[in-house]
Amino acid sequence: MSKASETIDSFVNREYSYGFVTDVEQDSAPPGLNEDIIRFISKKKEEPDFMVDWRLRAYRYWRTLEVPTWAKVYFPPIDFQSIVYYSAPKQRGEGPQSLDDVDPKLLETYEKLGIPLKEQERLAGVAVDAVFDSVSVGTTFQDKLAEQGIIFCSISEALQNHPELVEKYIGTVVPYTDNFFASLNSAVFTDGSFCYIPKGVKCPMELSTYFRINAANTGQFERTLIVAEEGSSVSYLEGCTAPQRDENQLHAAVVELLALDDAQIKYSTVQNWYPGDEEGKGGIYNFVTKRGLCKGRNSKISWTQVETGSAITWKYPSCVLVGDNSVGEFYSVALTNKYQQADTGTKMTHIGKNTRSTVVSKGISAGHGQNSYRGLVKFNKNADNARNFSQCDSLLIGDQSGAHTFPYIEGRNPTTSVEHEATTSKIGEDQIFYCNQRGISTQDAVNMIVNGYCKEVFQQLPMEFAVEAQKLLGVSLEGSVG
Amino acid sequence: MSEITQEQVTQQSDPYLSRFEALEKEGERGGPSWVFPIRKAGISRFAELGFPTIKHEDWRFTNIRPITELPFLPVLEPSRETISEAALNRFAFAGLEAHRLVFVDGFLAPDLCQIESLPEGAIVGSLAEQLKKESKEVKDHFAGQINGEENAFTALNTAFFQDGAFIYLPKGTVMEKPIHLLFISTGSERGMTTHPRNLIIAEPHSELKLVESYAGLNDIPYLTNAVTESVIADEAHVEHCKLQNEPGEAFHMASLYSHQGRSSRFHFHPIAMGAHISRNTIRTTLDGEGLECVLNGLYLTYGKQLADNYMTVDHAKPHGESHEYFNGVMDEKSHGVFHGRILVRPHSQKTDAKQTNKNILLSGNAVVNAKPQLEIYADDVKCTHGATCGQLSDDAIFYLRARGLNYPTARRMLTHAFAGEIVERIRMDTVREELDRLVWDRLEQMPRLAQTAE
Repeated sequence: MSKASETIDSFVNREYSYGFVTDVEQDSAPPGLNEDIIRFISKKKEEPDFMVDWRLRAYRYWRTLEVPTWAKVYFPPIDFQSIVYYSAPKQRGEGPQSLDDVDPKLLETYEKLGIPLKEQERLAGVAVDAVFDSVSVGTTFQDKLAEQGIIFCSISEALQNHPELVEKYIGTVVPYTDNFFASLNSAVFTDGSFCYIPKGVKCPMELSTYFRINAANTGQFERTLIVAEEGSSVSYLEGCTAPQRDENQLHAAVVELLALDDAQIKYSTVQNWYPGDEEGKGGIYNFVTKRGLCKGRNSKISWTQVETGSAITWKYPSCVLVGDNSVGEFYSVALTNKYQQADTGTKMTHIGKNTRSTVVSKGISAGHGQNSYRGLVKFNKNADNARNFSQCDSLLIGDQSGAHTFPYIEGRNPTTSVEHEATTSKIGEDQIFYCNQRGISTQDAVNMIVNGYCKEVFQQLPMEFAVEAQKLLGVSLEGSVG
Repeated sequence: MSEITQEQVTQQSDPYLSRFEALEKEGERGGPSWVFPIRKAGISRFAELGFPTIKHEDWRFTNIRPITELPFLPVLEPSRETISEAALNRFAFAGLEAHRLVFVDGFLAPDLCQIESLPEGAIVGSLAEQLKKESKEVKDHFAGQINGEENAFTALNTAFFQDGAFIYLPKGTVMEKPIHLLFISTGSERGMTTHPRNLIIAEPHSELKLVESYAGLNDIPYLTNAVTESVIADEAHVEHCKLQNEPGEAFHMASLYSHQGRSSRFHFHPIAMGAHISRNTIRTTLDGEGLECVLNGLYLTYGKQLADNYMTVDHAKPHGESHEYFNGVMDEKSHGVFHGRILVRPHSQKTDAKQTNKNILLSGNAVVNAKPQLEIYADDVKCTHGATCGQLSDDAIFYLRARGLNYPTARRMLTHAFAGEIVERIRMDTVREELDRLVWDRLEQMPRLAQTAE
């Protein structure tokens, strides 16, 4: 027992390995939010006029809203006037034309994080868009993708080069009136990725965005928009880290996915923002709106997320299944340790006929972590023969942690079927004993059991990510068994 | 923003507050003096809360506007209308071999009651009487579980209640025959509101079988707002069945608060069939080790009915076991709501909690909302919940059709079996048999089930 708790301690005390700060000159807006700041951001990014108008509309709407309080997360009120809404590494001269022009310090940062942008070019496999604080610092493989007509760039670049596409699609899935944080994001978003897959194209490689918060007191507001035209398919990865600081920083992103007839989008996230220290001081508030719209017939959107970081995670990647026979999937592993809180889950809205959705959520709470699954499965009147299967399991490690489940089921059609199951358990002493007896240390046994528990979700991740996620979970769990 | 809401709350609760002031002046009706501060706390709690709206998380799916729009006419004196003993036969459980208390418009009707040879020390009678006697049991337990209660209807009941049942079983008493509490609303006026208030105390090692049923004489919009508090001491066993069969225009709001001691057993079977809008709130506190709590409910709705089931099971001590089974069948434009919350407090290790909610929609216009929730703060527990919503299994229907039954018959059989799952769990034989028949008849009234063509 004492040995086991020692291991737990060492796990709990394990340090965040991405907590360094990169020393680059920053070009920032003054803290605070008003219409001038929004105009400043828009001007800085040389955006077309429609964008400024849209941002201002969003801002005016946002001012009428109040911070929502329904989630099972607790945090002191956020002072939105003390946040810096724009912060970018200072550009030398004209700004980077290719990766060779990017500040070597930034490339170094990404190398430290295990995302060597340059090497990636040679290794061929994943195209990366790297976002540093408010701006994208480089996107790899653009040329190769362009040959097939795929547009993959930062959203600022897209606003310059393809304003008609952005205008057509932005806000169609998550309108700026959607919720408090989505409105705020619409008003002040600074960058993010844009991805357009033309008709009938299967994207030949994984696309990925790597988000990094660096500057202090800034909020990160990025906006990702992925459009998959008829018959196309794409797999997209997202990763994130932030330096170790005592203050909480806000990250309020919006991700919109749009799948037309027969299109498929797979969106995977490994979220590892700084979670705060042992006393729960510092860490990122990760308040994100993610939604996918299966607009076309036979379309499919699949979300996979591994949430190990952030002081507070508050997000519900959702699918709106409008097209007949469309499919929505959600696979999630959410780990809370120390004083982390997570209120996460999904919404599956069935509108079209024969739509199907699957929800698999695995929550793990250790230390003082509080982990909630909150999900909605809704069948509209015309969703004939729609099906849903939901399973949310919770694993509790240590008696100070909490695991909660808040599913909502709304049925309005007699031909649909929904099945929801949830279980809560802990790692059994007998399971550990079984492993110990066979010469496996308690820590390894816990890792094995937890990895087995999460297997269903990890299987959904692209290979490189699956390996990373397994390691991350191992690290995050070290020493948590008693 | 908040100012406006406060104003709205005040406006809305005004008639209720002024009615209370009038009651205050009447003195006598407020009951004995020690009860008055409790009433007062109730009305101020109500003034604070106001009626819930659908913006309130716990009332998201149940819009009680039709109730708040009614005139508020609390019944504060016994009805002049008399019901003959023969007339009782039209109500459910009339033929049941039981001790019977009959309440007309919330007041005990002694002529209709039937209490024979109770075990020594046991009390079965009117709560108002007991409040006057100021016995220790009543003083200890009355309104003991409603502190901090969020439900405005409970607060309203505390302010305006007149009478209800009081049941007391001394240590080691076994009640062989069930006790039947029959609540009849005359429904003589639109907006008439009764506030039955029951207190049930089962001392250690006692055993109680209880049937509670609600019905009405006239089909007009009236409100029954009932509150029951039960105190189940160590090793006591209570089986409690509640049948809500109010007329189709009536409203029914009922709350049950139960507190269980070590190794006690509590089985509660709420069956909702009637009323336009009904809500059954259950809050059980499992405050002892090795106890068992079973909540086993059924709701059958058609027309424009709404049946809401709201419960919180609070595991406050280790080694507790709780099971919730709720089945619902909805037809036409009716609406079923299930909200179950299992709370496992820190240190309530080895808790075993299971929750199941199953729903069948017979019509394309029926709606179901389910919120089965778990809130767990202890690590060594077994908690599961499951919810399903949809139609009867195609395989099961095919199986029956392959054996020569036509589709409507197969569907009827399976729907009856679905409701039967709940009825079967009732252990009181005579009660189960009667309910089985009632549930059968009720299902047969469902327009979709009655259809004989495919």
